Amino acid sequence: MAATEVSSKVMSYRDAISKVLAEEIEHDENVFIMGEDIGRYQGTFRVTQGMFEKFGGKRVIDTPITECGFTGIAIGAAMAGLRPIVEMMTMSFSILAMDQIINHAAKIHYMTGGQAKCPMVIRGPGGAAKQLSAQHTHCVEGWYAHAPGLKVVAPATAIDAYGMLRTAIRDDNPVIFTENPGLYTVMGEVPDDKDFMVPFGKANILREGTDVSLIGYSRMTQVNLAAAEKLAAEGISAEVVDVRSLSPLDMTTINASVAKTHRAVVVYEDWKFGGFGGEIASRISEESFDDLDAPVVRCGGLNVPTPYARNLELECIPDADDVIAAVRKLS
Amino acid sequence: MAKAKLDKTESPAMLEEFYRQMLFIRRFEEKCNVAYRAGKIGGYMHTYVGMEATAVGIHHAIKPTYDYMITAYRDHPQPLLLGTDPVSVMSEIMGRSGGLSRGKGGSMHVYDIERGFYGGWGIVGGHIPLGGGLAFASKYRGEDRVTICLLGDGAANQGVVFETMNMAALWDLPIIFCIENNEFAMGTRLEYHAADTELYKRGEPFGIKSERIDGMDVVAFNAEMKRIVEWVRKEQKPYWVEIMNYRFHGHGAADNDRELYRTKAEEAEAMKRDPIAILEKTLIERNIMTREKMEAIDEELSDKVEAIYEAADASPFPDASEVYDNVYTDMEPEKGH
Repeated sequence: MAATEVSSKVMSYRDAISKVLAEEIEHDENVFIMGEDIGRYQGTFRVTQGMFEKFGGKRVIDTPITECGFTGIAIGAAMAGLRPIVEMMTMSFSILAMDQIINHAAKIHYMTGGQAKCPMVIRGPGGAAKQLSAQHTHCVEGWYAHAPGLKVVAPATAIDAYGMLRTAIRDDNPVIFTENPGLYTVMGEVPDDKDFMVPFGKANILREGTDVSLIGYSRMTQVNLAAAEKLAAEGISAEVVDVRSLSPLDMTTINASVAKTHRAVVVYEDWKFGGFGGEIASRISEESFDDLDAPVVRCGGLNVPTPYARNLELECIPDADDVIAAVRKLS
Repeated sequence: MAKAKLDKTESPAMLEEFYRQMLFIRRFEEKCNVAYRAGKIGGYMHTYVGMEATAVGIHHAIKPTYDYMITAYRDHPQPLLLGTDPVSVMSEIMGRSGGLSRGKGGSMHVYDIERGFYGGWGIVGGHIPLGGGLAFASKYRGEDRVTICLLGDGAANQGVVFETMNMAALWDLPIIFCIENNEFAMGTRLEYHAADTELYKRGEPFGIKSERIDGMDVVAFNAEMKRIVEWVRKEQKPYWVEIMNYRFHGHGAADNDRELYRTKAEEAEAMKRDPIAILEKTLIERNIMTREKMEAIDEELSDKVEAIYEAADASPFPDASEVYDNVYTDMEPEKGH
């Protein structure tokens, strides 16, 4: 941040993303956005509203519905020096582009022995919204974090969305930037600073506590904040650790929190089985075993394809009560 | 098939260069095969023997190191032609620290980015949109570069190829899709893998100019490619070319079962189209070169390849500490087992 006093504005997570996209298009002529319905249609989640009119079709590009193809074109363009931002209408659709992302983008710098770089961002909403059923609700951040060569971030607040997306766009590596449909309307203060960046690999303590660490990312951080509030009413002091960045992962902050609270619940919306929360849990067990007063507990999404019926869907996604139930297992 | 009229204006010096380059590629690839069998090269390796006229004909049609080029895993000849140090190519194939990627890529992943050669990719068809992206970038910047995107007849069936063709036509990308039709998708013959074996027709539904060209007579082929490259450079639009050639060796060095998909008689027939023999005939007919000169050149190039191999073999294996290098540009990945 600039040394001088910077004013800030309260805005939504969605507007924070829109703001930084527009600022970076203006900042660097090599930056452009491509994706389905992002131009003339203004974006399915309206993240790119007004941008086609403002910047034109060279910088804001409507693509055919061919995720694998246009992601590959973005990767090739990045190798040749441009800085593409690919919007996935939902991150579930990035599964069609996984060959390009995992087999190509993630390996370019390594396979070329450092000759080529792939500076690009793939962003879009992952996770459940409201009754989108099984094919539009995947949380794929853990799949990508599994692959070396990719950076993966999942901000939970407007200010982090603003600062981390700029970091992603200016990064020389391929970055997966996952949003969440449930976060777009979350409000927060965002600095009016066109160079404001939040570094990757730094977890953030959003609420201090002494009895248990609630560790999560993306929308689950908001769920953890709500759970911590409820727990406080019962006299349980929960610390909320917002992981923010899955790869690189800041185990230092997570371990320090566990050293203070001696108990940890890892919360993630992705399927509980084999999900990224398991990586965090095992790392805590390996690195903070002596600090723990109880086994690390995971609280994740149910192991089912997301159902349509609203009551069943809500059953699948961890909420504050599920987190509190997990905390009770630790006593 | 061929549309350009041969004007026979190629200089003797140019034809000698064609000859030297094609023969150099062949001797280099044959040496790779020997080294592979000796256990000096591992993994998968795919040589270019029989297809040399294609690489050389394209090389002399483009602006080398200015235009972009990308291919699959049959990727040894392109950097050799672009002027990449052949020892660094051979070292990469042998997994040595003197390799272009310091041994991280191997035979299938050869790159010389400085010279516009973007590899070197192992997923059949996967690099086609990357080629589209290279063309996208040059167009975005308002340059007049042409991107050569090589792919095999097997790759031509991948869905992402059609996706890329659609966007290349939609956005007028200056890319030449060069299908190296060597008649086999690994061990599957063209007629068993393509609904219509006239692959050149596949550009037509997208409104992409398309044609089929013989890729064995380097002189005629080069003339055709020059015409196409000039058109693409000027018009800044895509082109789809089916180049008819044949690989004399197996799909890869590990393919020892060629008789499962083609007969010895068929190979013998195909070898009558040997691009080097065709050029030798031209050189003799035009009184440009004698058999004795050809033999002398062969000896010279064979010695050169030996020296390249010896130099590459002297290059040490990469240090174990390098394993984490270049995963990211600015940080290291999680470490340890």
